Amino acid sequence: MPDVLVHLDRVKKVFPHQENAALEELTAQIMPGKVTGLVGPDGAGKTTLLRMMAGLMHLTAGTIKITGLDPIKDTSELRKIIGYMPQKFGLYEDLSVQENLNLHADLRDVTGHERKEEFQHLLKLTDLTGFTDRPAGKLSGGMKQKLGLACALLGRPKLLLLDEPGVGVDPISRRELWQVVRELVSQDIALVWSTAYLEEAELCDDVLLLSEGRMLFNGPPKAMTSRLEGRCFQLRDVAGSRREVLTRVLDRDEVLDAVIQGNSVRVVLRRNADKPKLEDLQAGPKAHWVPIPPRFEDAFLDVLGVKPPGKSPLADHLENLKKDGSTVIEATHLTKRFGDFTATDDVSFKVVRGEIFGLLGPNGAGKSTIFKMMCGLLQLTSGKALVTNIDLKTSASKARQHLGYMAQKFSLYGNLSVQQNLMFFSGAYGLDGEEQRQEVASMVQIFHLEPYLKASADSLPLGFKQRLALACAMMHRPDILFLDEPTSGVDPVTRREFWTHINSVVEKGVTVMVTTHFMDEAEYCDRIGLVFRGKMIAANTPDELKKMVRTEKNPEPSMEDAFIELVTKDRHEQN
Amino acid sequence: MFKRIRALVIKELQTLFGDPQSRVLLFLPVILQTALFPFAVTLDVQNNTLAVLNHDAGPASIELIQRFGRAEAFTHYINLQSDQAMRSTIENQDALLVLFIPVDFSRKVASGREADIQAIVDGRRSNSGQIALGYVETIIQSYNNERLVQAGQTAPSQIILRHWFNPNLNYKFFVLPSLVAMITTISVLIVTSLSIAREREQGTFDQLLVSPLTPGMIMVGKTVPAVLVAMIQGTLILLAAVIFYGVPFEGSLVLLYVSIFFYAIAVSGIGLLISSVCETQQQAFLGVFTFMMPAVMLSGYAAPIDNMPGWLQVVTEANPLRHLIVIVKSIFLKGSSTGFMLDHLWPLLLIALITNLAANWMFRRKIA
Repeated sequence: MPDVLVHLDRVKKVFPHQENAALEELTAQIMPGKVTGLVGPDGAGKTTLLRMMAGLMHLTAGTIKITGLDPIKDTSELRKIIGYMPQKFGLYEDLSVQENLNLHADLRDVTGHERKEEFQHLLKLTDLTGFTDRPAGKLSGGMKQKLGLACALLGRPKLLLLDEPGVGVDPISRRELWQVVRELVSQDIALVWSTAYLEEAELCDDVLLLSEGRMLFNGPPKAMTSRLEGRCFQLRDVAGSRREVLTRVLDRDEVLDAVIQGNSVRVVLRRNADKPKLEDLQAGPKAHWVPIPPRFEDAFLDVLGVKPPGKSPLADHLENLKKDGSTVIEATHLTKRFGDFTATDDVSFKVVRGEIFGLLGPNGAGKSTIFKMMCGLLQLTSGKALVTNIDLKTSASKARQHLGYMAQKFSLYGNLSVQQNLMFFSGAYGLDGEEQRQEVASMVQIFHLEPYLKASADSLPLGFKQRLALACAMMHRPDILFLDEPTSGVDPVTRREFWTHINSVVEKGVTVMVTTHFMDEAEYCDRIGLVFRGKMIAANTPDELKKMVRTEKNPEPSMEDAFIELVTKDRHEQN
Repeated sequence: MFKRIRALVIKELQTLFGDPQSRVLLFLPVILQTALFPFAVTLDVQNNTLAVLNHDAGPASIELIQRFGRAEAFTHYINLQSDQAMRSTIENQDALLVLFIPVDFSRKVASGREADIQAIVDGRRSNSGQIALGYVETIIQSYNNERLVQAGQTAPSQIILRHWFNPNLNYKFFVLPSLVAMITTISVLIVTSLSIAREREQGTFDQLLVSPLTPGMIMVGKTVPAVLVAMIQGTLILLAAVIFYGVPFEGSLVLLYVSIFFYAIAVSGIGLLISSVCETQQQAFLGVFTFMMPAVMLSGYAAPIDNMPGWLQVVTEANPLRHLIVIVKSIFLKGSSTGFMLDHLWPLLLIALITNLAANWMFRRKIA
C-alpha cells in the first residue's frame, strides 16, 4: 500500500460577500497510482478545491498537506511535483505545439538531455509527434487537451491536477485521453480528474462527489452504484406517447427517477419498492420490464433523494397546437465557410410540428454553426434555412415572434433583477399592460421564482438561472423553441426538471430544436442529427441509430457507442 | 413597435443606473473632470521663473528688473552670475526665460542710443515660452514709452487690447464649456459601443437578435439612453460651470440642449458603428480611443483650427466635436444669434445622419 500523497483535512473555503461556503469542511485523501475523480455539477466547488491544492488560493479553514508540505507556504518545492492543467488549457494558441512545450519546459527548468527525452516521451504518449509545427489554436479539442496534459506533465510531477479535461472533447478523443491517463497512473502518479459528467465518475478509481460545496460521497464508484443493484429497469417497447408514459412513471411514489431512452423509459426505483404495475402505466400491450445495471448518476440522485416532477404547469399555460405533420424547420444544403475552413458542409434536414430534433456532437463539431444559421444569427455561405417557410435572416420580426430561444449559459441580463429580466423580455416580445403583468406573474408561479424577484440574475443558483432563462423564452408562447446546449453544467435534478418542461410543451405541439453534447440528453429527442466535423453523418431516431451499430458482441449499444461507431465508419469511408 | 423600444430603453437605463459600478463610471468622470480640469488645463503662464544675467550695474537695468519682478507671470527670480550658469539654468529647466543684460546697457540708455537685451527661451516649452516672451516685450515696451514721455517726446502709437467675450482671458471660461462636449462624447461612446460589446460577450445580443426586435429598434434602444445620459451630464457640467466657476451663460438654454441632442445622436452613431465591427469590450474600447484621440486633436480644443493646414481644416468639418465646441462656447460666452448657430448645427445634423445610416448598414450587414 503506497503512502497517501495528499491529505485534505476539514478544508473550507468561503468567498467574501457570499453566504454559502464554496467548500464545506472537506476531509479526504488522494493516493498515488490512482485516478481520483472530483465529480459534481457546476458550482459544486471542484475548481476551488483544485486551485487550493495547486497553491493558487488560500484556505478559509482546515489544512492541505501534499507529501507533508503546505501548498501556500512551500510553493517553490511543491511546484516541482505538481502539474496543473486549468480549464482553458493554459496554452498559447499562436505558438506551435513544440513552442508551447519549450515554454513550459523553460518555466519548469527542464533542460539538457532530460528535456529532449521528455519531449520525445510526451509526444509519443499523446500521439502528437506528427503535429509539432502546428499552432496550438489549430488543434482539435481533444488534441489541445492532450497537449495541455503534456505541458502539465513536464518535469515529471507526482501529482497531476486536471480541471475538466473532458470538456470539448469528442467521445473518441475522450477514450484516447483516458488511455493516456491510465498509463500515467500505472507509473504511480496521483491524478485528480475533475468533471461535471457523472458518467465519467465510473471510469475513476476513487471518487469525491461534490454538490454545492459539500462532499456527498468518497470512495470507489462501485461502492456507490452497487447500492442500486436490482433497482434499475428499462420499460421497453413503449407504444403511444413515451412522454406521457414518462409522466405517469414519474408520478408513482415507488419511482425515484425516470428518463426517456429512445423508445424505452429508464426507471430507478426507491429502496425496497416494487415496480409499478404495467397496466397502470398504459404503455401499450408490448411493454415489458428489463433489468439493467445502475449508473453513477442514479446513485447521485439516490443520495440527494430529490425527485424530478412528472408534470409541468408550463403546459397548462399553452394552447394546443395542431400536430398536422407540417414541416416547421427545414435546412437544405446548408453550408458555411469561414475562410478556407468549412464549418458546415452541405447539411439538410426537416423538422415537423411537435417534434424534438436534436443536433448531437462534440464541441467544435459544428452544431452551433448550424443552429445559429437556422435561427438567423449567422449568414449562410450557401443553401437555405427556413423556419415556417420563412428565411429568418432576411425576414421580418413577425416570424421571430413565434420563436423562443434559450442559449448556452443562459444569456440573461446579469445585473438586472429577475423581475426586470422578465419585464424586459416580455416587453421585447410586445407584451404590455395587464397582459404583461399576468404573464410575468404566471411565470413567477410556474418556475417558483417568487423568493428571487429582487435578486440580480447573476446571483441566482444555476438551477434558477436556467428556470429564469426558460421563463424568458416562453412568456410570449412561442410555437418553436431553439435550445442551444440548454443543460450544460447543471446538476441532474435540474436537467430532468428542464426536460419535464420541454416534454410537456412538446405534447402541446411546440416544435423544439436542441443542440447537446450529452449522450443521454439526446435520448429525449424524437430524431437526432449526428454532427461531426461540420457534416451530418446520420439522422434518425435514437433507437434506429443504436440499432445501426448493434453487433453480436454489443447487443445493446449505448448512444455513445452508436456515436463512436458511426463516426469511425464515416472516417473510413472518407479515406 | 414603441412598446418594444420602450422595453429596450427601460432595460438599458436599469442596467446603467441600477448597477452601482456603472453609476460610478458614469458620474465619477464628470465630478473629477469638472473639479480638476479647469485648474489643470490652464493656458495662462503663471508661476514661472525668470533668470537674469545682469552685467550692467546701472539704474536702467535695475529699474527694468524690478518691473519684471512685479509681473504675475514670474513669481520666481534667479540672479545669475556667469555665462555657464545661464546655460545650465535653461538646460535644467530652472527657468523658462533667461535675460542677458550687457555691460553697457545703462550707459547706452542714458545716452539715448539703442540698447539691446538678449532673451533666451527654452524651446522645449515653446508655447509658454512664447507667451512669457510676450510679457517681457510688453514690459520693455511700456518702459520705453514712459522714458520717452519723461523725455518730453510723444510715445509712438500703441495697440490697446480688449478680449471680448472673455475680458480677463480666464481660461476656465474656455475649458468648462468645452468639457460639456468632451465628457458627453466619452459617455455616449461608452453607453453605445461598450454596452453592445458586453451584450455580445454575455450572449444577450443573440437573444435580442432572435427576438422580434429589428436592428433599427435595437439601435434606437441604445441611442435613447445615450442621449439621456449626455443631457444629464451636460446639465451637471453647466450647473457646475455657472455656480462654482462663475462662467457667464449668455445664450439660449434651448439651443444648448438642442445642440447636445443632435451631437449625442451623431456620436452614438459612431459608437454603434464601432460596436458593429467589434466582438469584445476590449476591441470596442480600442475603437473608442481610435475615434477619441483624433476627434479631440481636431476639435479646436487643444490647438486652434486656423493654424492647421488648409486640407486639415476641411477634415475637421467632419468632426462633430469641433462643431459642438464652437456651439457651446458661443452659447456660454457670447449668446450668438440663431443664424450663426445654424451654421454649426446643420453640419452636426448631417454627421448624425451619416453615422447612423452607416451604423445601420454595418449592423445589418454583420448580423442579418
